[in-house]
Amino acid sequence: MGEFKLGRMTLKSLFSKPATKLYPFEEPTYYQETKGHIVIDVDKCRYCGVCANLCPTNAIEVDRKAYTWTIDRFRCIQCRNCVHVCTESALIMANEYAEPSTEHVREVFEISPEEREKREAAAAEKAAKAAKLKEEALAKKKAKAKEE
Amino acid sequence: MGQRTVIPFGPQHPVLPEPVHLDLVLEDERVVDAIPQIGFIHRGLEKLVEKRDYQRYVYVAERICGICSFGHSFGYSRAIEALMNIEVPERAQHLRIIWHELSRMHSHMLWLGLAADAFGFESLFMHTWRLRERILEIFERTAGGRVILSVCTPGGVFSDIENTELRAICDILATMRVEYDQICATFFEDSSVRSRLVGVGVLSQETAREFGTVGPFARASGLAIDGRMTDTDAYSKLVAFEPILSNDGDCYARCWCRAQEVRQSIDIINEMVDKIPQGEVRAEVKGNPAEGAEAFARMEQPRGEAFYYVKGNGTKYLERFRVRTPTAANIPGMVAAIRGCDLADVPNIILTIDPCISCTER
Ligand code: SF4
Ligand code: SF4
Repeated sequence: MGEFKLGRMTLKSLFSKPATKLYPFEEPTYYQETKGHIVIDVDKCRYCGVCANLCPTNAIEVDRKAYTWTIDRFRCIQCRNCVHVCTESALIMANEYAEPSTEHVREVFEISPEEREKREAAAAEKAAKAAKLKEEALAKKKAKAKEE
Repeated sequence: MGQRTVIPFGPQHPVLPEPVHLDLVLEDERVVDAIPQIGFIHRGLEKLVEKRDYQRYVYVAERICGICSFGHSFGYSRAIEALMNIEVPERAQHLRIIWHELSRMHSHMLWLGLAADAFGFESLFMHTWRLRERILEIFERTAGGRVILSVCTPGGVFSDIENTELRAICDILATMRVEYDQICATFFEDSSVRSRLVGVGVLSQETAREFGTVGPFARASGLAIDGRMTDTDAYSKLVAFEPILSNDGDCYARCWCRAQEVRQSIDIINEMVDKIPQGEVRAEVKGNPAEGAEAFARMEQPRGEAFYYVKGNGTKYLERFRVRTPTAANIPGMVAAIRGCDLADVPNIILTIDPCISCTER
């Protein structure tokens, strides 16, 4: 029974370095797992929109035609759901927290010009192929109808 | 008989940052009755099951409470697993318990600090919270978040913890224990603490049972109820589990029970780390809950037993989700403990039930 039970611990803290960090003058500690903000690798993304559909706060918007991926950082709750569902591994959770901001802006990420060219060329090729196949099918059909 | 006066207590930060309101009926300095009122921070989280599909709702469930956030995602996931007959991999079960016991430790230490602050022992408060910080660091190292972990999901957990990392956690806990013992010595032997807590707000065992109290509040009155005793999950693999009991039923006993539970949690974590098997951490969850299917899950949260009910309707959205939190069960007991005490002891008594009004109102 008695007083000053905490004396030893308090004395020890008097001579040891502070338990807290002097943020922002000192760097915060980030661990490998720390959830900071979502980063996208625009060239890996297929613009499929799965991450946007499954985001619990609807923070993501994906435009498949314009090849843009938009995130509203004020809405994102760092749940990492989009990282889990992306089949292309295009999203990663970076350790540093997002920059503070006084304005509500959405960050828009656009595909790189080279990749866009590649994909547009591929898409055009695919469309041409499809059109050709369709034409062929139509011609066959017509020929069949004529025969009959 | 003196004249009766009614004084309002709360809801703006009455003793802890929880919006609880009590009308205290006083006769001189003695409280003869207390009329509780809640409903200041209802957020309609249960209704949100209609807007978020059952797999994504877990991110809402863990926001029911900021302190037992992992516990709520755990409880919700369990209810869904029961609803859809999902077998959770063994390793995931162990990991969940490790995280859950860590959150129990952090919850109890947060509470011990708040209690010290409430009875005016500022340096004890600081030291307890300094120690609690290590647990938050473990959370950040293992799951990436300090408060909201977003790691539990129906079917298991999202990320594994390496075995070496688990050992490191045990080492951190071992060093913490030494300092924690010093803090506990202050709590339980310092005469100023005893004079504020011993014999204050006594709740007898009969009253505790009658009012259906749960958690450390009930166990401090000698009621042996603890969800972990009957759990079928990895808890059942523990060699022995004895709930921490006290027969005094006063504020001091409640402090003591929680303080001991922190030690017990360290032991549970050590045992889980020894027994954890290798393997998968997540089972795949496919399909939607069947129409009209119902299930429930019970969990021992830091504040006592919580109850989760889910009902499916054949779509990816649930028909109904309901959670009964421990504080909801403890409010009648709290009122009983307040009756007959001095006005100056009311904050201490309210604090020692460790109320969490935010999760009660969801
Ligand atoms: S899920 Fe992945 S690939 Fe699909 S739009 Fe999102 S980031 Fe791109
Ligand atoms: S981390 Fe969660 S909230 Fe943020 S964008 Fe991804 S899914 Fe949405």
